[in-house]
Amino acid sequence: MPGSLLLKIKELYMLTKEEKIAYIMLLPAFVLLFSLVGYPLFYSFYLSLVKKQAGQPVTAFVGLANFVNLFKSDTFRLTLQNSLIYTFVAVPLKAILGLVLAVLLSKVARGRRVFRGIILLPWVAPISISTLAWWWMYDPLYSVINWSLIKLGIIKWGIPWLSTTFWARVALITVNVWRGLPFFAVTFLAGLLAIPKDLLESAQIDGAGAFARFFRITLPLLTPLLGVIILYSVVMTIGDFPIVYVLTKGGPMNTTHVFATLAFQEGIATADIARAATIVLFIFPFLAVSSFFQLRVIRKRVGAI
Amino acid sequence: MRTRKKLGGSFGYYVGLVPFLVFSLFPFYWMVITSLKKKSELYNLASNPLFVQKGIAWENFTFLFKQTLFGIWYKNSVVTSVLATILSVAVSILAAYSLARLKFRGSQFFGIAIFFSYLVPPALLFVSLFDVINFFGLADNVFSLVIAFPTFAIPFSTWLLMGYFSSIPKEIEESAMVDGATRFQTITKIIFPIAIPGIITSALFSFALCWSSLIYPLAFLSSGPQKVLTSGLITDLIRGDVFYWGPLMAAATLATVPIVLIYTFAMEYFVSGLVQGAVKY
Repeated sequence: MPGSLLLKIKELYMLTKEEKIAYIMLLPAFVLLFSLVGYPLFYSFYLSLVKKQAGQPVTAFVGLANFVNLFKSDTFRLTLQNSLIYTFVAVPLKAILGLVLAVLLSKVARGRRVFRGIILLPWVAPISISTLAWWWMYDPLYSVINWSLIKLGIIKWGIPWLSTTFWARVALITVNVWRGLPFFAVTFLAGLLAIPKDLLESAQIDGAGAFARFFRITLPLLTPLLGVIILYSVVMTIGDFPIVYVLTKGGPMNTTHVFATLAFQEGIATADIARAATIVLFIFPFLAVSSFFQLRVIRKRVGAI
Repeated sequence: MRTRKKLGGSFGYYVGLVPFLVFSLFPFYWMVITSLKKKSELYNLASNPLFVQKGIAWENFTFLFKQTLFGIWYKNSVVTSVLATILSVAVSILAAYSLARLKFRGSQFFGIAIFFSYLVPPALLFVSLFDVINFFGLADNVFSLVIAFPTFAIPFSTWLLMGYFSSIPKEIEESAMVDGATRFQTITKIIFPIAIPGIITSALFSFALCWSSLIYPLAFLSSGPQKVLTSGLITDLIRGDVFYWGPLMAAATLATVPIVLIYTFAMEYFVSGLVQGAVKY
């Protein structure tokens, strides 16, 4: 009896050969990710509670003072509001247009691959570089968008793209949609093509029209995929940096900042690293909620990772 | 008769695609066309900006290489992206195999940890990472990027490769091991060759992600010769209110071309990777 108990304990604590191999293979990734993602993440929480300049030791523990100071700042409150506008306008636009584009692509058989390739370009090209082209397209004097709209008789005077708050927001959201649309469209397309054809055909035989088929069969089947992509996109959009930094740097008058650009301006540029860390921490709740729900969707579909 | 009806039926869909295609392509067209214009034509408000009319000029490109640090930034981008990619993919192959193929306690925890770090945006990390980089004495050193880029490249590649490894039938491996192959031999001689497309895809992805990164280079590197393409163009080619639009667009074109070339050659790998990341959970 004690012998078999000992054996059980041994079994519980001894690593099998397979486990040893598994841990050894995981070790490099674990060490790197722990020190470069895990530790910095905890460290940001710590930084948000102290007073510290970059490269200097911590001078004081200040509790929640960094957060209190942030909320006292008009610029920060505006950034909070603006990040939400940016995200909750851009993400639905990407989802809806992405769905439209995916349906269009699924209906054309000839040339689909070429079209898909072209559509993907904004997603594959480096965004901080291609935003430079948009910046030039929004130029106050030489804007090709304004030139075209004036020639087409749609507007009389050029739109002040980046120098007024409203148009600057429109400009930023346009580029964000331009960039993210291909990702939505191509993943939705794959989802659409994976829907069994006979399901749609038998619905058609039963007399379901195109709209009924789309809203009763296609859309419900796509919902899990839609959910995952939207959740992913919310985090990426609220955590955007290059588009806003290149186009407006948060201007005019700090009205178009997102968290990362404000943190860069108020933290990195001035070396107030505690304040910067506090600002970017506002991305964390979105990350936490999003990854929680994404994991739920994934687990429902496979049982486990 | 039938084919005509089919084509006629989908004609509307082709028309519907046109605005999307124009939207997608125009900024790239505009980038290239601007880079080829002479200064006199570029800033002439009376000319039609949509085409090059006064002859193609290479002055913007020569300016880049003669008057700016463009060549150095390009080299820095290539070196850091390649090194970070090699490091990330090597580490990811090991981790992904382990997570996809081996039974061990805690595998679920590690799987979730990888997935979670895959979702962490660089915007959330760059501040504290900046302090970590300073701590290691790598401030304003271009090689700081080789340790910063893997923060997104490893989770991404591991996640992607896990999908590839788990799609390879287990029987192949088992029969090899029954025949007396060791685990190591099975991995290097059997799994590795089958997973080559997956490994290529994750390397391409990682390279592109590193190449495009802006926030880390901008935060970590401040002196001219330590910069990479993304940060150099934005900070040094724009001096005060003087914009060098011609050279800037020439630089943007040269910085975009390698990525676009890679994708044209590997589009199928790319799409399957992209879709796999999202669809085949």
